[in-house]
Amino acid sequence: MKVKLLIMVVMMLALSSFCFAQDNATEAGTEDTDTTAVVESIILPAPPGNLTGIDKPNDHGHAAILSWDLSPDDGAGENSVLKYEIYKWVPQLMLDINLVRDSLSVIQRILRNTTSGITEGTQADSMKIVFEKYSRDELFDIRNTLIAHVKQENTGLAEASNSYPENGAWLFVDKKPSGTKSFVHIGSKDFKSAGFVPDFANLYYRVDAVTIDGAKSSSKVLGPIQTSGQWYNTYRTPVVFSVLFFTLLTIYFVREARKGADLYVRPLGGIEAVDDAIGRATEMGRPILYVLGLGSAADIATIASFTILGRVAKKVAEYQTELLVPTYDPIVMTVAQEVVKSAYLDAGRPDAYKEDTVHFVTQSQFAYVAAVNGIMLRELPATNVYMGKFFAESLILAETGALAGSIQISGTDEIAQIPFFIVACDYTLIGEELYAASAYLGKEPVLLGSLKAQDYAKAAIILLAVIGVVLAQFEFGAAFVNLFEVAN
Amino acid sequence: MKRQLPFLLVFLFGAFMVFQYYVPHESSEFVYEFLLDWVMIIGIFALALGIWSLYTVSVDKIRHKKENWAYSYVTLIGLFIMVVLGFTYKVGDSWGFYSVFVISLMTLLGFLIQTSVSKDKGLWLGLSGLSLVVALGIAFTDDSWGIAFMTSEGLSNTMFTNFADFVLTPILATMFSLLAFFIASAAYRAFRARNILATLLLIAAIIVMLRFNPYMPFGLPEYMAKTSNWLMNVPNLAAQRAIVIGIGLGIVATSLKVILGIERGYMGKG
Repeated sequence: MKVKLLIMVVMMLALSSFCFAQDNATEAGTEDTDTTAVVESIILPAPPGNLTGIDKPNDHGHAAILSWDLSPDDGAGENSVLKYEIYKWVPQLMLDINLVRDSLSVIQRILRNTTSGITEGTQADSMKIVFEKYSRDELFDIRNTLIAHVKQENTGLAEASNSYPENGAWLFVDKKPSGTKSFVHIGSKDFKSAGFVPDFANLYYRVDAVTIDGAKSSSKVLGPIQTSGQWYNTYRTPVVFSVLFFTLLTIYFVREARKGADLYVRPLGGIEAVDDAIGRATEMGRPILYVLGLGSAADIATIASFTILGRVAKKVAEYQTELLVPTYDPIVMTVAQEVVKSAYLDAGRPDAYKEDTVHFVTQSQFAYVAAVNGIMLRELPATNVYMGKFFAESLILAETGALAGSIQISGTDEIAQIPFFIVACDYTLIGEELYAASAYLGKEPVLLGSLKAQDYAKAAIILLAVIGVVLAQFEFGAAFVNLFEVAN
Repeated sequence: MKRQLPFLLVFLFGAFMVFQYYVPHESSEFVYEFLLDWVMIIGIFALALGIWSLYTVSVDKIRHKKENWAYSYVTLIGLFIMVVLGFTYKVGDSWGFYSVFVISLMTLLGFLIQTSVSKDKGLWLGLSGLSLVVALGIAFTDDSWGIAFMTSEGLSNTMFTNFADFVLTPILATMFSLLAFFIASAAYRAFRARNILATLLLIAAIIVMLRFNPYMPFGLPEYMAKTSNWLMNVPNLAAQRAIVIGIGLGIVATSLKVILGIERGYMGKG
């Protein structure tokens, strides 16, 4: 099998090289032959000047920033420049690896049954015909062999690129319209991708000014330059300081709270209503419906909702009322089951806990809505609690709950859904109030401390906003405003 | 240890996620993507638990003949028929005994449910075995269709796509379209001029609604269009930004509490 595979690889390389021989020759020729030999009557534009390049800062590597002076014929002189074409020199080894990558790509498509897009008569089509003769198991083996081959060959790229300008060719990278003076070449970091740009390898670029007639003039070759990844993104320094400031503020207030400082937290109507709503459900003999929303267990809104669910479940267990928690996400379901089970245990009623209290419904948004609405209309819960991430389904749920005559308490950090909840629910926790609810419910000093830190941070933001508005009126104020700029 | 280990893991991974935001290097990205892959893997295992939960809840409804229990059969048949269709595909020109295979599997499901809810378990178990034998017999002898667990041929099975395109999609669109009527009823309640604030809300809503009404035959006076834009871009946007800033701080505070082990609600410890 191994021998067969190797023969296969060699055969494909030979076939690919044959298919591409014409193209490479043409592409490689672009540097030396130039277009003047073909179109003698066409006047060449002046080339772009002063081509410079640097490694793109604050990134994971594999990217370079090129900049150049416009061709004198771009917007002036003959005014004939239509676009700029960017070319990169690659060693022959890279071209060979690319051919294997192409084979790999075709095999992947066969394995995924997505070959319908391959055009008949192309090189990919001929590869497809060859590879389709193999069984799936054999194709998996061939794929793994090719990946290993590409990985191995890539290690020699840095050395191969030292051979410039021998034993290589210019590859087209991208084109930019006239008037453009810079280009960011973001290569792929995936060695299996055709757009792979190796780090710490010598890179050479050139930029061609191209007229509408196709006449090209090349800039001087830029290089060698190398790309590499950085260990710290300096663009995000303002965020570091903000987070440090906020963390210190939180730690300070948590310590103060532990020492016994009296921290006032304004009442939250929605949270205060929870106890009453559970009492109402008990008196009416109807269940309480708790909806965790469409968020995943990684969403902070869902995490805050788990805490509130724990409190609600504890009260429900104490009052011996029924609780219904239909969930959208299976991970959320498993976490919620644990939260409710612990709450029943804390309330001293582990026997009252039922496995199907928290159950999975579906991961389809409107199918979930249909199921929850069905529960509302069949079970007629006395109280509906919506806490977490909600999207287009928020109003459908809340309006159905209102029609069913339930008391409704909601809380979400989705800005677009807050108005819907305010209209259709009796109590709504707006944005951050959802996160504050856990601290408010527990009244634990450490949790209240973090709320105080939030308040002071908000005060600081308001103060900075006012200072920024005032300083922005003056020219020197721009420096202050720029302090807070965060680039990606 | 049972409690400490999860907190330690949360701290380690939470702290890593904070730091990786500032580290663009490939190594940091590799670990980040590796962890996200694990989230997906855990999600797939959790999905199996989710399906089991749906199955047990539905069977429980059938067993206790709860209100509308018959719909649980529809849920379970819908669930399993899509699974079966999604893993099978046509090989030749005709489907052969494929429909008998699908029906025997659905019958098997029905008999298994009856086995778990009925007192006469022996009979239903025997019938389940018979259905299974028929299904397996067809699966091993009929070459006009195939089973694909590792690849995606089943997703282009016409029966699978027809159920998805002509049954599921219209039903979901119907549910979504209900939103229009709910918006109207909610707007009616919200815009009743009960006090000065509600009246202001009503006036603002009328101006904005007129601005975006495509059927205005005479156009809108310019001052109304300007007022509408001002309402959307100044007071509305200002309030939204204030909420967003609050949410941002809330997220950071909650994340800190989770990472530092102060907030333990997600583990059932408030």
